[in-house]
Amino acid sequence: MSWEAVIGLEIHVQLATRSKIFSGASIAYGAAPNAQACNIDLGLPGVLPVLNERAVEMAVRFGLAIGAQINLHSIFDRKNYFYADLPKGYQISQFETPIVGQGSITITPESGSPRTVGITRAHLEEDAGKSIHDLYSGQTAIDLNRAGTPLLEIVSEPDMRTAQEASAYFRQIHTLARYIGICDGNLAEGSMRCDANVSVRPTGQAEFGERTEIKNINSFRFVEQAIEHEIARQIDVLESGGTIHRETRLYDPDKDETRSMRSKELSNDYRYFPDPDLMPLNISEEFVSRVRDTLPELPDARCRRYCDDLGLPAGDAEYISSDIDRANYFDQTVSAGASAKQAANWMMGELSAYLNRHGTNIADSPVTPSQMAQLIQRIDDATLSSKTAKTLFDALWEAGADNSAVTEVDALIDSLNLAQVSDDGALTQIIDDLITANPKQFEELRGGKNKMLGFFVGQVMKATQGKANPQQVNEIIRSKL
Amino acid sequence: MTDNTIKPSDEDSPESSDGIDVAHLSALARLALNPETTSAVAADLQSIVALIDSMQSVDTQGIEPLSHPFDGSARLRADEITENPDPEHFQRSAPATSDQYYLVPRVVE
Amino acid sequence: MKYVSSLREMSQALADGEVSSAELTQDHLARIKEVDPQLNSFITLTEEEAMAQASAADALRSQGDRRPTLGLPIAHKDIFCTKGILTTAGSKMLGNFVAPYDATVVTKMADAGMVSIGKTNMDEFAMGSSNENSYFGPVANPWDTDRVPGGSSGGSAAAVAGGLVAGATGTDTGGSIRQPAALCGITGLKPTYGRVSRFGMIAFASSLDHAGPMARSAEDAALMLSVMAGFDPRDSTSAKRDDAWLADMLHSGIAEPERPMVIGLPDQYYENSSNQESVTAARQELEKLGHTFKRVSLPHTDAATPVYYVLASAEASTNLSRYDGVRYGHRCENPTSLQDLYERSREEGFGDEVKLRILTGTYTLSVGYFDAYYLKAQKIRRLITQDFDNAFAEVDLLLTPTSPTPAFRKGQLTDDPVAMYQQDLYTVPTSLAGLPAMSLPCGFSQGMPMGMQLIAPAFREDLALGLAAQFQRHTDWHLKRPGEIN
Repeated sequence: MSWEAVIGLEIHVQLATRSKIFSGASIAYGAAPNAQACNIDLGLPGVLPVLNERAVEMAVRFGLAIGAQINLHSIFDRKNYFYADLPKGYQISQFETPIVGQGSITITPESGSPRTVGITRAHLEEDAGKSIHDLYSGQTAIDLNRAGTPLLEIVSEPDMRTAQEASAYFRQIHTLARYIGICDGNLAEGSMRCDANVSVRPTGQAEFGERTEIKNINSFRFVEQAIEHEIARQIDVLESGGTIHRETRLYDPDKDETRSMRSKELSNDYRYFPDPDLMPLNISEEFVSRVRDTLPELPDARCRRYCDDLGLPAGDAEYISSDIDRANYFDQTVSAGASAKQAANWMMGELSAYLNRHGTNIADSPVTPSQMAQLIQRIDDATLSSKTAKTLFDALWEAGADNSAVTEVDALIDSLNLAQVSDDGALTQIIDDLITANPKQFEELRGGKNKMLGFFVGQVMKATQGKANPQQVNEIIRSKL
Repeated sequence: MTDNTIKPSDEDSPESSDGIDVAHLSALARLALNPETTSAVAADLQSIVALIDSMQSVDTQGIEPLSHPFDGSARLRADEITENPDPEHFQRSAPATSDQYYLVPRVVE
Repeated sequence: MKYVSSLREMSQALADGEVSSAELTQDHLARIKEVDPQLNSFITLTEEEAMAQASAADALRSQGDRRPTLGLPIAHKDIFCTKGILTTAGSKMLGNFVAPYDATVVTKMADAGMVSIGKTNMDEFAMGSSNENSYFGPVANPWDTDRVPGGSSGGSAAAVAGGLVAGATGTDTGGSIRQPAALCGITGLKPTYGRVSRFGMIAFASSLDHAGPMARSAEDAALMLSVMAGFDPRDSTSAKRDDAWLADMLHSGIAEPERPMVIGLPDQYYENSSNQESVTAARQELEKLGHTFKRVSLPHTDAATPVYYVLASAEASTNLSRYDGVRYGHRCENPTSLQDLYERSREEGFGDEVKLRILTGTYTLSVGYFDAYYLKAQKIRRLITQDFDNAFAEVDLLLTPTSPTPAFRKGQLTDDPVAMYQQDLYTVPTSLAGLPAMSLPCGFSQGMPMGMQLIAPAFREDLALGLAAQFQRHTDWHLKRPGEIN
């Protein structure tokens, strides 16, 4: 019997607002327990929610980025259940009328070709607090700092068929969310969390099999491992004549297995109904347009432009377009006058090396795009050789950190005496002197020993502290043959 | 849309063959059932349901539900940090805390 | 000295220097301590805080502050959060809850210089029509202490009727300001939904809860309303209004109605002949004043009570989920697990009526029942609202009895929740529609006060107050005092 897996992912994205979705407390990570839980977050008697504008903006931004229908009219509902880190005994979410409707995204799994994954919907909701079970013996500690953090829950269609595709999808959503500035993407801090719905069916069968839900997977690698494991487990069960029960399972990365969660819910009747403390959310076409105007050029479109318009090879284009800070740096460098290919080379080469070595983000690079562009221009106009350009880069990097240092590219070229010597007269003089001083080598060169060219070029370089324009030196020497 | 909840099965229905399943409702609402008063509560519930069942005779064909007395739209709040809560202040009458955490009996997942 | 009977009169006395706020407050406190053991209208008396507020008001007055509200003693229904002060909602669940913040209504009245004397008794979580559901004991009607004052704002009503305080805040979800006002012979106003902020008001049913004033006259109610009303950015359902008459009423009192009113008499509120006569006398008085009457029909009135109970219970069942013994409020002893913590804390903390409504609400929201109950009720709610809109196309105001009966005996209806719910027959429709409605005394039946209800179009409290004030200038029902406890 051959089996096919059917996978859908629900990804919770913590929106990068300053304050919570329904209160004015901060959502910054790492505060002391309950230091960011105000009366509304604590669910005190008499408190009321008021909706954060930026959370709405970010939801719309995401919807536009996946080409989805934006619902101008959406409703907040109460999802009722009891848990110690859910202060009101209900979560404010969106049930039947979410703010973002049907959309899609293109994924490129590691082993496989690019394909489209459908996104059913995305909706706004509030996060719950944290339960910490191992801090006090016999007790669970509750920290409500996270309660009320705005979440965008993104629900995919059950379009994925392998664990790799699922991982690629998670990665792509992660990239996109960071790209459009709605999430910092810090998985370790829980900025994005993923639940997977997994089922299997005999290949060719139209109906879906029964599914299980794997909760709270928080890394790309674990997504893949957990789903692989669950697929194998389900096939095992079915092949030995058992049935799959709809249930929630937790992935244990240490043991690489999923296990059934002890039911924390006696029943899954969430008794959804529209929250009477919040009016329906009605946004205008104009609001959506304004958000659309703030959207950066998206990765796919950018990649295509780099290939088609700027002639970058596909690999370079993908690398640069996949991170917004990188893409912005590249665009700024090019618009400051650098050639696209050079800009790409320098970013992927020297700049990347320095950034890695120093653990710096490209957004914080001490070498600015305009400096990079100037450097590249000075290579193109032969003021710098590739060697002296590297020297200059290093100087720019060091100087960038020091505000008082001279950072204007030309000024540095002067002060460090990096300018290539391209003066025909000066070079000819030096070459003539060398030929005079090394007649034997010159005769050998004349006689066809091309290796001697390197000798003379090297000597010219020595005489000019490496600043001679190599092409010109070559030309002059050849003209003397 | 993707169904995020489990579809109701017989065990989820609040009505048993003897009438309203008070035990099920109490469990959903996290109210312990005092065995002495269960039948009284069930009886009261039945009579309330009889009262509200009288609604069914009203013709509501083509009528939209009204969730708020007046039409309005959600107001949006500027994204600013306006609260700087002091946990000690809020925990003054908390039943059980330690190091500013709230404590409950250990939950096993 | 004996305090004077109304907020306006006290305001004048303070302005004339006849008395200080500190003296007034002392007198109030003394009277409460003497009389309230018979009524049980207060849960908490805030002596120290009140005296401090009174002194502060006197100091401001000596510096030239001439505001009419400065230094007037009032009381708050114990449903409003008062910072640093016990706030119980009449329940054991919050029996030890010291509120860490003030409700907007409380802040506004304090900012206006009013002196809060204490927190009044109420039906637990505002669920009830007799104030017999309070953890802190029932409240007695000052006109006959064997009878109920009505509910859920029974404490506020009794305190005002008993002359313990001239004005008290109340809340009205299905009639909880108007019905006790009628049963106690005082004036109570449920404003338009959204007129007064709900922030800090312990929630019962969010789309039906209204805060409002209870006092001994329309003038006093208007004075309180002008302070309580106003847009609050912390309440998403708060209305942004620009009604000049609110400030006008504060400074100059209620003006005469601009013209004669056409007053509607809805057929469905007069089917029971016993409550017609109380309103008939009032009608005649109003006709003498030049107003005319017209019969109108509000066809969906009968469905209002079941609709109300579906929606109110549903909203309440979730609003009360936060009372779980985790962060505040009552917690059971030695919980063995989280579930045990929830179940026993809630079982012990909530009274029977509250539990019944939570179960009802849970039932109507259950999967499979939502359409038949909740959605159906919301559709009928729209029909009820349309009935009022249609009526107001023909008339300026509506006049109805407030309550089917005068105050009944304690214990008379406690075994029959549905019979108790019928007390709200005439008040729930306006709660569902969010329309402003007030009750004012219009006579007596066997020694007990009767109230009449004026209903106005949305945000036109001025029309109802205008007519009520005029009525009260020509009649003296509202000036009658209970003999027994005077």
